[in-house]
Amino acid sequence: MASISLRNVKKTYGKNAVVHGLDLDIESGEFIVILGPSGCGKSTLLRMIVGLEEISEGEILIDGTVVNRLEPRQRACAMVFQNYALYPHMTVAENIGYALKVAGVSRSERDRRVREVARALAIEAFLDRKPSALSGGQRQRVAMGRAMIREPRVFLFDEPLSNLDAKLRIAMRAEIRRLHRKLGTTSVFVTHDQNEAMTLADRIVVMNGGKVEQVGTPAEIYHRPATRFVAGFLGSPAMNLMEGEIEPDGTFVQDATRRLRLSQQAGHAFPGGRAVLGVRAEAARLVAPGRPDALPAIVDFIEELGASRIVHVDFDGLSFAVATSDNPALIPGDRVGIEIDPRDIHLYDSATGERLEPVTARQTVHP
Amino acid sequence: MVERTPVFNILCYLILTLGLAVALLPFAIVLIAATHDLKAVNTVPLPLVPGTHFWENMSAAWTRAHLGSKLLHSLIFATSVAAGKVALSSMAAYSIVYFRFPGRILIFWLIFVTLMLPLEVRIVPTYSIAANALQPFQTLLDVSGLTWLADTVFGLRIRLEWGLLNSYTGLILPLVATATGTFLYRQFYLTVPDELAEAAKVDGAGSFRFFLDMLLPLSRANMIALFTIMFVWSWNQYLWPLLITTDPEFGIAVTELKTLIPSEFGLPDWNVAMAGTLAIMSPPLLLVILMQRWFVRGLISTEK
Repeated sequence: MASISLRNVKKTYGKNAVVHGLDLDIESGEFIVILGPSGCGKSTLLRMIVGLEEISEGEILIDGTVVNRLEPRQRACAMVFQNYALYPHMTVAENIGYALKVAGVSRSERDRRVREVARALAIEAFLDRKPSALSGGQRQRVAMGRAMIREPRVFLFDEPLSNLDAKLRIAMRAEIRRLHRKLGTTSVFVTHDQNEAMTLADRIVVMNGGKVEQVGTPAEIYHRPATRFVAGFLGSPAMNLMEGEIEPDGTFVQDATRRLRLSQQAGHAFPGGRAVLGVRAEAARLVAPGRPDALPAIVDFIEELGASRIVHVDFDGLSFAVATSDNPALIPGDRVGIEIDPRDIHLYDSATGERLEPVTARQTVHP
Repeated sequence: MVERTPVFNILCYLILTLGLAVALLPFAIVLIAATHDLKAVNTVPLPLVPGTHFWENMSAAWTRAHLGSKLLHSLIFATSVAAGKVALSSMAAYSIVYFRFPGRILIFWLIFVTLMLPLEVRIVPTYSIAANALQPFQTLLDVSGLTWLADTVFGLRIRLEWGLLNSYTGLILPLVATATGTFLYRQFYLTVPDELAEAAKVDGAGSFRFFLDMLLPLSRANMIALFTIMFVWSWNQYLWPLLITTDPEFGIAVTELKTLIPSEFGLPDWNVAMAGTLAIMSPPLLLVILMQRWFVRGLISTEK
């Protein structure tokens, strides 16, 4: 168990900056998920922590010690690779025990610990097999066993579940969570899958373009996305975003027909100007057309998800998704109204993408 | 996809059979001629059935060409060259593929260029180096005037000499460097996923450990193929051993074969010559036959 601190960490390839000055503190025993689209620098960040990638600028500290110049083995981190990277010519037992063999641990001690890890991962039956004779899920377990046996200070996972099928992925997700609860080792998990991030993380770090967009618990990230990027990236279906103008009286105006009251709370005010309004599909409700305060729209198509369905509506070329658990008898072309609770509205600055909070009069007077 | 018809099949088999016959006929002649006596081997046409004099021909060839010691020399020579080539090329390719150092590209191209300079082309300088391996240093000292200086000031005569003629070192070393083998290994290393090297690194293996524990076992099929090819190649070397082994006691089997070939006015005992030929060509033949199973195993193995 160890804490990790990143101080203004940068990674550049020639003139190309991949990670721009990143600060992050990971507490001992925490499960951190780094989430972001491909190419956002999240894997590079992980590889810098483990020591496979040089740090161009800044410092990485593990347990308060700067590890910039240390070899991977000296950092006592273990990594699970996306393609598992099992040694193809070794048996499962040899794969798991390799790190101990390199470290000069005696054969009997090695065997004992390999068995122990294999039991914890339920792969005892395959110890004599070669990786080529294993299924994807079994290989995944072996890769985790190889990381576990070293009893590392930090576990690093580089999209380890992306090669598994959907069912197995959910099972392995639960398994990783269970293992973390049991071992309590500080873990950093990189993924582009928001479901993995939401279910696994104590805290999520959302990255985009080599920068951190937001750090927070899954609930914080979901309920209060800090930037327009986070708002659009998390949630399935993606948050509905529309650009418009905020009027001084607290009305969001997209055009003449689409006007939304923002906050009903007295004393709140929004800074005026151009803004992006976001509403989660789950937060919008379908109502009968023509209701006051409801936005008029036309049903475009309906996605059936079993337990719920997503109604995609269209108002004059702008598409909008509404998730609903009841079964409205709607067909494409029907006229509906959309009602949005002002409390479920997220606002972002049009230019910077920063979240706009309603400010109370008191706060503006006494900052 | 070519459509298979009986006529096409027969045609294919016919061509293949012809090719096989052309390839095997020389072997058959060697085998048959080695079993006849002097009279039968000189009849025209040569009998097509083997005779009964194989063992006496063989023992005659064996004693006349000192095959006992010569075959041993050949075996040591070919095995060392092949093993040396495998060791050197695996390590040379390892350094080129896995390490970033200044001059890496230059060294790669230098190795590449040696492909265009086979031993036959550089035989004179190579021989002169083998005659005195320290010759280049002596030349350097001579040219820089250090020899003269030592001679006049201290009365010291500098003569660096390390003769490699008639030694295994001289026979083997110049043949060990191989661009082909280095390329073979380079191509193989490039197919090894980077993640494997990274996983080994995280597991704590240093570069030498990774080479021994990962690359060598993974390249087993590669290694066997290279060793077999290079063993046969070295076994059949003629020019270099002929030059470097001036001592008749030292020579290798292939160069010694010429003593068995009947001279223009001598006894035309081709039966003995063929028996000697058979004895000399058997070891590489056996090796190829034995290693073929490993080749196939290496090729069908999915663990890569």
